[in-house]
Formats: sequence, C-alpha cells, structure tokens
Amino acid sequence: MKELLSGNEAIARGAYESGVTVAAAYPGTPSTEILENLARYPGVYAEWAPNEKVAVEVGIGASLAGARTLVAMKHVGVNVAADPLLTFAYTGVNGGFVLVSADDPGIHSSQNEQDNRRYAYFAKIPLLEPGDSQEAKEMVGLALDISEKFDIPVMLRTTTRVSHSQGLVEIGEPKPRSLKPYARDARKYLMVPAYARLRRVALEERLARLKEYSENSPLNFIEWRGRAVGVITSGVSYQYVREVLPGASVLKLGMTNPLPENLIKKFAGEVEKLIVVEELEPYLEEQVRAMGFKVSGKDIVPYTGELDPGVLTRVFTEAGILEPSAAPAAALPEGPAAPGRPPVMCPGCPHRGLFYALRGLKLTVTGDIGCYTLGGLPPLEALDCCICMGASIGAAHGAGKADPALAGRTVAVIGDSTFLHSGLTGLLNVVYNRGSSTVIILDNGTTAMTGHQDHPGTGRTLMGEPAPAVDLEALVRALGVRRVRVVDPLNLAETRAAVEEEVAAGEPSVIISRRPCVLLKKETRPAAVVLAEKCRGCKVCLRLGCPAISMKDGRAAVDPIACTGCELCVQVCREGALLKGVEACD
Amino acid sequence: MIKPVDILMVGVGGQGTVLASKVLAQAACGAGYDIKVSEIHGMAQRGGSVVTQVRLGEKVYSPLIAEGGADIVLAFEKLEGLRFLRFLRPGGTMIVNDQEIPPVPVLAGAAEYPAGIVDYIRRAVPSAVVVDALGLALECGSARAANVVLLGVLARRLPIAREIWEEALAGRVPARFLEANRAAFRAGYGYNG
Repeated sequence: MKELLSGNEAIARGAYESGVTVAAAYPGTPSTEILENLARYPGVYAEWAPNEKVAVEVGIGASLAGARTLVAMKHVGVNVAADPLLTFAYTGVNGGFVLVSADDPGIHSSQNEQDNRRYAYFAKIPLLEPGDSQEAKEMVGLALDISEKFDIPVMLRTTTRVSHSQGLVEIGEPKPRSLKPYARDARKYLMVPAYARLRRVALEERLARLKEYSENSPLNFIEWRGRAVGVITSGVSYQYVREVLPGASVLKLGMTNPLPENLIKKFAGEVEKLIVVEELEPYLEEQVRAMGFKVSGKDIVPYTGELDPGVLTRVFTEAGILEPSAAPAAALPEGPAAPGRPPVMCPGCPHRGLFYALRGLKLTVTGDIGCYTLGGLPPLEALDCCICMGASIGAAHGAGKADPALAGRTVAVIGDSTFLHSGLTGLLNVVYNRGSSTVIILDNGTTAMTGHQDHPGTGRTLMGEPAPAVDLEALVRALGVRRVRVVDPLNLAETRAAVEEEVAAGEPSVIISRRPCVLLKKETRPAAVVLAEKCRGCKVCLRLGCPAISMKDGRAAVDPIACTGCELCVQVCREGALLKGVEACD
Repeated sequence: MIKPVDILMVGVGGQGTVLASKVLAQAACGAGYDIKVSEIHGMAQRGGSVVTQVRLGEKVYSPLIAEGGADIVLAFEKLEGLRFLRFLRPGGTMIVNDQEIPPVPVLAGAAEYPAGIVDYIRRAVPSAVVVDALGLALECGSARAANVVLLGVLARRLPIAREIWEEALAGRVPARFLEANRAAFRAGYGYNG
C-alpha cells in the first residue's frame, strides 16, 4: 500500500517500522513534524527536550539502555547538540541511534543555511542523504542497521524540500521491537583520557570498515546513460539532475560519509565531463577533487540558496552543458510591480504591545529566535540584533559591559520556550558577573513559531500527558534576580512603565510579559470600532503593524473579522477615534 | 502514457491552499498519478505568501517547478497571481481569484496595492480564468469555501474524473462542512468565466 507522506512523516513512519522506541527533539523548522508524527505510533516514547543538546543526551542514554533511538532537530540545533555528539562517536551505541538534521537551504525559516554534512564529516559519523519521502523512510531503517552494525551514531540529513515535500511511500509492517541487553563497559562508555584514546583509535577502525560498506552499499549507485556528462549528486539535487540532464550518467550517493572512493573512481574514469551537483557547500566536490579528479561544481552551480530545475537549466546552459532552448519563453508584458507580502505578527498577538512600548522608549533591544523576531520588521522595527537561540541575554550583558551608556538603555527579549532552551545560563551569567541587564521573557505559553509545541512551562508533554509547569518567576529568582515582575503586554501604559523602571534599576531584572498566544487561546472579544468623525487620519495606529488595521479614504478602518479585540489600537489612538467593541455597543 | 501536469498554487496564509492541495493530491493518487507536493511552512504561515507546488505524472522526480514551467497557476489572491505569473509556461492556464488581500506594507501605507492586476493578467494571458470565488462561496453558504470553489475551477481543467474529485473532497473535509463544500466545488466546476 502506498501513502502520500511528507519527508518528515516518512521519517517517523520509518522509525516506527524499524523498531524505534525512544525519540527526543526540540522543535525547529523544517524538522518539527518528525516527532509530532512519531509520538502517535504505538510503542514509541517521544519527548520534547528543552534543547537539542539535552535531546541527544536523552538519546544517548536510551541507546545505551538498548533502545533503537531517533533524535531530530533543525540544522542549527546540531550546533547546540555538537558537544555530546562528537564524543558519542567515540563511545558508539548499544541500540541503534539516528540523528536527523533537517537543513534549510534557501533560509525559508532560519537564521543561516549551514550545511550539516560537514558536521557528519567532522564528527566522523556515517551520513545518509534521502532525496524524497520513500528514501527518507527506508534510510531511517538503514541508518539504524548501520548504527548497530558499526557501533556508531548515524546522521540522516534532510533538507526543507525533502522534509516538507510529499511523495508516495510504500508502507510496511513494523518490526518486532526489543531492547538490546545493556552491559556495563567503562572502557567503551566512560570517556576519560585513557579510555577515550582507545576509542579514538577504534573510531578510525570503524570508519575504515564503513568506507568498505559505502563502496558496496546499494545506497550508492550508478545510472549509466550518455558518457559525455557524468554527474555526482546526492539528496534532492538528484531529482533536479534527473529532470534537467536526462541524458547524463549519474552517480547517486545516498551515503555521503564516508564516500565510496573506488565507486567514484570507476564513475569518473568513464565519463568525459565530471560535475558535482549539490546544494550549499562543495562538500562532495572537495573530496572528489582531493581524490585527484578534474571536476566541475561550484564553478557552475550556485553556492547559496536552493537549487531547482530552473536554476540548473540556467547554469548548465550558461556553462555550455545544455543547448539553449530553441524557443525562449516569451517575455511578459511590462506590468505593475508586486509589493512584498512579508510574514507578520497575527492580529491580537501579545508581542505587538511589548514591541510598540519598546519602540516608544527608543531602547537598544537584543533579540532572539521565535515569532517575536518579526518585531524587527517594519513598522515596529524594535530589534537591534538576532543571532541564535538564547543569544539575546548574553548580547545585552556584553553590550552593557562594553559601553556603560548602553547598560541602562538595553533590554534583551526572549520567548518562554527559547528562555528554557538556552536563556537560563545567560541570565545566570548576568547575575554572577554583576551585570544590570533587563531581560524580558515573552511568555505566550507555547513554542508558537513552529506551530504550538509544548515545553517545560506549558504543563503538558508531547505524549499529551499533564506535567509540572515550571514557575518562571521562582526560577529566575533562584538564579539570583531580585527584581522580577509580570506585565500584561496588551496594557501599554503598564508595560512601558515597567520597562522604564527596570532599565533604570541598575541591577539585573526580569520582566515576564505574559499573555497566551492569540492562536492558542481564542478569546471572542468584540472588534474595535472606528469613530470616523473623530479620526484625523494621523496613522499612529498603523505603527502597530496590525493586519486588521488599514486606511480607507484617509480614515482608519478595522477589519472586524481579523480583529481579535486586543485593544492596542484603542490605547494608541490620541483622538479617541478607536473604541473598544463593547463601548461602541453602549 | 500519463501526461504530466505541473500546478503552482499561490495565496495568502489562512486562505486554505493547504486543504486544496490535499484534496488535489488525493484525487491525483486516486487517478493513478505519481505525485509530489511541496509546501513551505514556518515564517510564511504568518500572513505571508504561501506557495504549494504540485506535480503529477507517470514518474515525478523534482518536487519543484521551474520558473516558466507551470502548466497551471492557480492564484487564490490576485496580487499573488501577479507575483507568480512568471512561473506559467507559455500557453499555460492561469486561474485567478478576483480577491484583494492587502499585505501589511500596503495597510501601513508603505506601498500601494497595484491597480489593474486583473487587466494586466488578461493582457499577459488572454485565456486567463478570473473567478469571484468568495462571491460564489457565499452563494453556497460559506465564505470559507472559496478555496474549494477554486479547486472546482481547477478540477475541470485536469484529466481526473469528477467522481474521483468528489470522493477526495469527502475524504478531506469534515462531515459537517461537507455539504457547503460540495456545493462550492460544483460551483467552481461549472464556472465558465
């Protein structure tokens, strides 16, 4: 039976069919749906960890205990998880362990487009790259087999176009699941120098055997067609090559660490022009060149962004590999320019009130990763920087240490899920090193950006069970912050006053800006109403960047369907032209 | 030999493009096509442009359609139709919902919603099908079924039997909304714009 599955759904299915019983992840686009789907299968325990490092550590424990284990994260999550991962390569596994890294070429929903194939190479672990949903499902099982056979964690690297594209997948039966027996073995699992040196050597031996495996694995195969052009490719790039160069021979690499050197030699020796087609880094190209072959790659194919059939057609035509199309597409007539449609905070989003208040106070604001990063875009433009999960707090502290004038004018903003992911240590550092930063935790009670996943503050687990919800106020007090207060970000006056006071306090402070995500808790408050005779058309309300407010014939207009009645516009209007829905009824 | 069809569906977050692509995918599977569907999640869900690429054929490799390669562009909103018109291949089918959803830069007065989009699209693609999907959906009793009206317009232009479409629709729409959505689908299917 075949089902239409996204790459992420297929990975979850593959894990279920191959006997995975423990899974952990921190949500992150484009990886999130893997755990959401896997958690629904019987006999699988799946959890949201507070961050990716913890997820890998949970996975390591599960593997040692003998379970087949899957850990998933987006590409930048591997940065967080790199510490346990690199040493886990030394110890190796008991139950099979697969780490899914979902990379994001094209930066659809990320802060960078790092190529995590480099991580597998760096960590000295096997790397598999599926090119569609069917392969994604199969490769999970193969990754677990390889992991157990060679005693090593395996990386399965997908990209946005694999994770979020759907294709037909042959559904199989789940294998019987069992725990491998655990035997205490300090020389293998206790990485102190004396034992780590032994495992370091063992790692090279395992890699040598893996190279043999890669040479003969069905994951790596040649499709012979014409010999004029031979393409070495992997992942979704294979699909584009098949369409754009239907006459070329292709060496499709499903296992891209370690590379099958003899297979590559065989292929390279029989084609006239050798090209590597890969997204992002010249990861394969550099290794193929190091093997001594003359090869094209990034001299033709772009370094940055996603590939697609259009891009490859253009660059191959420019490079003389493809004949120019006989009938070039007719140019479109000159037309109107299309204004952009950037993502925006939802109507009623509690973050809007906080950012409007910060903008009004003209503070320097260090930002973080979440929906609230949108507060940096026009018209709010309330963020000065955004780097990675948890970075806002350290950045505010560092800026204040560098320039005392900034210390009293800088706040850090960070979401509740992000704070629990990696904000705690940053805040601890502010207290310990006698900083004076004001940290605003935007507590909307969920991991909103990735689609409302639970976290240690929500009171629920991924499996749907009730859980203790962390007490944020008590937590930050325990870290040594004495000034802790809670504000409602939809109350602008209260929020502004609180921020002004805390910034001036001269010691570390935390403001918890608390209001549930508007999509999570649908309140049915009546829409705001415009009193047309009072509106002067000053457009102050437009500075909120609310999708429900616009100007019609020089007067403010509120879309009654989009408006959630958050009343921010009522508070910013100086003319009293915007009224609460309830008042308007009276 | 199954003739391949490449369809680009574009719209604004919240317009129901995802449901429409699911019904299309199910219908295409029912008709025996190989299929790939590619969507972008994340930032784009927050009121941004939403693009779904659907490719049908005997065997489909790439999940992505090249610019100038789509057989059909189905625009759930006309500004998005304008934005993605360049994806239509010469001689392809353009279907555009005559609905205006101003993006925030327009609402904020930083940009203008272009005038005459539909006229321009008709000039560029004389065969373009322009639909008042919202109006037709309201006649069927649900403003929320505008997406299914457009799906109906698309359905008649694809070599998939009508019964397969109706079955796919029933499989994807909750029972309590099914009647309005069936009516919406038929309104779109019978539309001669």
